[in-house]
Amino acid sequence: MAAIEILDLEKTYSVGFWRKKHKCALKPLHLRVDEGEIFGFLGPNGAGKTTTLKLLMGLARPTGGSARILGMEVDDPRVKAQIGFLPEQPYFYDYLTAKELLEYYAHLSGVPAGEIPGKVGRMLERVGLRDAAGVQLRKFSKGMLQRAGIAQAILHDPKVVFLDEPMSGLDPMGRRQVRDLIEELREEGKTVFFSTHILSDAETLCDRVGILHLGELRSVGTVSELTSGVHEKVELTWAGGAVPASLKALGAEVHVMGDTTRAIVPEDKQDAAIDALRRERLRLISVTPLRASLEDYFVEQVKPAQATAGARS
Amino acid sequence: MSPRIAYIAANTFREAVRDRVLYNLIAFAVLMSGAAILVGQISIDIERLVVVNLGLTAVSLFGVVIAIFIGIGLVSKEIDKRTLYTVLSRPVRRWEFIVGKFLGLAGTLAVNTVCMAIGVFAALLYVSNRFQRSDGWVLVALYFIVLQFLIITALALLFSSFSSPLLSAVFAFSLFIIGSFSEDLRGFAAISHGVTRWVATLAAYLVPNLSALNVIAPVAHQQPVAGQLIAFNTAYALVYTGMALCGAVLIFERRNLK
Amino acid sequence: MRYSHKVTLAASGLLIVCMAASMVCVHQVERMRAGATLEEVLYISSPKMLKRMSLGYSGLLADIYWTRAVQYFGDKHRRGGSNYKLLAPLLEITTTLDPQLIVAYEFGANFLAPRPPNGAGLPQKAIDLVQSGIRSNPQEWRLYYQLGFIRYMEENDYAGAADAFARGSTLPDAHPWLKLLAAQMAQHAGAWDTARMLWVTTFTTTKDAAIRANAAAHLRALQSDRDVMALQVFVDQYQNDTGHLPRGLSDLVSAGMLRGVPVDPLGHPYKIGSTGQVEVQSPDDLPFIQKGTPPGYAPPQRPKILPSD
Repeated sequence: MAAIEILDLEKTYSVGFWRKKHKCALKPLHLRVDEGEIFGFLGPNGAGKTTTLKLLMGLARPTGGSARILGMEVDDPRVKAQIGFLPEQPYFYDYLTAKELLEYYAHLSGVPAGEIPGKVGRMLERVGLRDAAGVQLRKFSKGMLQRAGIAQAILHDPKVVFLDEPMSGLDPMGRRQVRDLIEELREEGKTVFFSTHILSDAETLCDRVGILHLGELRSVGTVSELTSGVHEKVELTWAGGAVPASLKALGAEVHVMGDTTRAIVPEDKQDAAIDALRRERLRLISVTPLRASLEDYFVEQVKPAQATAGARS
Repeated sequence: MSPRIAYIAANTFREAVRDRVLYNLIAFAVLMSGAAILVGQISIDIERLVVVNLGLTAVSLFGVVIAIFIGIGLVSKEIDKRTLYTVLSRPVRRWEFIVGKFLGLAGTLAVNTVCMAIGVFAALLYVSNRFQRSDGWVLVALYFIVLQFLIITALALLFSSFSSPLLSAVFAFSLFIIGSFSEDLRGFAAISHGVTRWVATLAAYLVPNLSALNVIAPVAHQQPVAGQLIAFNTAYALVYTGMALCGAVLIFERRNLK
Repeated sequence: MRYSHKVTLAASGLLIVCMAASMVCVHQVERMRAGATLEEVLYISSPKMLKRMSLGYSGLLADIYWTRAVQYFGDKHRRGGSNYKLLAPLLEITTTLDPQLIVAYEFGANFLAPRPPNGAGLPQKAIDLVQSGIRSNPQEWRLYYQLGFIRYMEENDYAGAADAFARGSTLPDAHPWLKLLAAQMAQHAGAWDTARMLWVTTFTTTKDAAIRANAAAHLRALQSDRDVMALQVFVDQYQNDTGHLPRGLSDLVSAGMLRGVPVDPLGHPYKIGSTGQVEVQSPDDLPFIQKGTPPGYAPPQRPKILPSD
């Protein structure tokens, strides 16, 4: 059974005082996430990632299409018991301590009262907040808040976990911890759907990713599937600061650093570039193939539309 | 009633306490003490009158201010802090959230009023050294004030469910003021004609009938409150509160949360 | 955190200077608006409007206005005022806000009706106030008492006074003397006895300190007048017997007419003035006396009728 099935889900807001103008936040979206998958939902700011999450949580109503989680419609109350959600940049109830916060959420999620103290204790331990259990959230750092947020999202042992920008504002240690946690969730058989614009995290964690831009899903697939079509690049370094004109004509990116120069050219132009350097009698230091990154793919996907968007607006 | 409503209510109460709302009791205590001591200089025999007038007026006004100031943020604050999303992504129905919030604030006000009532009776004891049977009616006046709080809280919550805190405060205060005039408004409606009459009558019946809930003056003069009035006011407050809460639920159910 | 000393000094200095300057400004404005007292500010032309604006908290507002009315009268009296022009409006506002504040009507009856400097000199306003009180509190005997009081004392309206006392006497808890007073009015009974009965009733039934002090002053005056009249009879008798005026009241004692030199209600002995009339020691201390004052005596602008005097 698919964990998440999104069928032509669409959201248009009516804005303006008389509600005449329409703003399309999400074009009809078609997406399927299987159980046990870690799915990364990528896109620049304003792409519609948070809108999608809100529609899935039932916080906003779609203007078209539908979505199912674990086979049940999104607004079915039974769904809520099986999912966990971490919103973007949460503040939570800052007057509560971490322990009180989790206890409150546990009660609301219907965790039996007897099990709550044990579950809360274990959860605090797991996210590394055991020592801060009695501290009010208003004293928490960003990283601690994020960890508390994840704790409340998985406290009631949901099958599907939705995280909106879970790494935002975290330092490398924090990001590592969250990454490890997400991996653990997958090992527990949970499905994780998270949105982010930090591509390196998605690259290492996700089974599959989807790229959203201006409300439209541009592509979906595994990281290797997506990056395989990207033009490979090669990095050349040589001594001296001279840059052959013909090299520039190949469309290379050139950086002069002290007494060495570095240039990045597309793979198919590799031979032409090396020839140009040899003609000028420049001493080649290294030739390194660069692995295509998700970022390259992403930028490639996003750039043309942004250009047209720029032209339109 | 689902236990979730109780937990939301308890959490709302906890928030009010930790936001130091109950410190208003200190200001109230200072006010009542000062008044009790000074009042003896005005005129013998009207000390009880002044203590009851001042005490009940203070209870009423302090409470209305708290009801509105906290009430307008009941929903909007949860949206700002993004806590609403974490709550509604759980098996909590939107109407349960509204009712829970309402009960939490109403409970806070009830507790606040009980504490203040103790202060009023302490001041009464101080100025006249004993209680009289007619002091029982002060309890009825306090009960009516609590009913008034229920109505104001429900209205503040209604506005909070769809508008910004500032606008909600303006609407809620306006309704409080107009509601205190409701008797005069009905009188005005009766003597006007045409469209004005229609509008005034509609307004007079929609606006909360707060003037009937204010028996401070008669109770200060040690007059009894009719049992019929107690029954009517209770029913009215419950019905009006229900109306406002239903409105809040209807609006909130349909609201797209940005 | 290091604070800049210069900024601290400058800001503190400026703060103090501004505070002092603002106090000076307030003081100047006060002097410019001489006469605009708090009472003038509190005076709202329409009591009904004020009641409406009080949002149902009119009881407290009435108490506040009552306090101000009492203080207004006391202040003006202390400054030797003869113009209590705001007393009536303040009492009207008070009683509009709380029609059951009986003491306010009593205050009006006692201090609105008499002529200055003992009161505002507005007996009709006092009557109007008390009658509006009767409309709101038809079972309150004190108001009928006050009505009769004013009618008798200020207007010599025996019939009207009798009617008011009679109606009051039928009400629950009415003072037993109301019936007597009604009868006395009807018979045009002796002014002194009636006056004494009225002032004793007022003195014993009121709880307000000012009203009580005023009533006490009247009773002292009545006592003094009676004493002076009685002593004058003895003095005249002495003159008849001996052919000359006594030098002092001790002469009357030596002549066996008196057992001792009598004292006035304040404890000072009476004396005989230059014209052979009996006089009180210090007429300024006995307001309201109609006998026993030296010739050409003018009562002070500030009669001692209130507890603060």
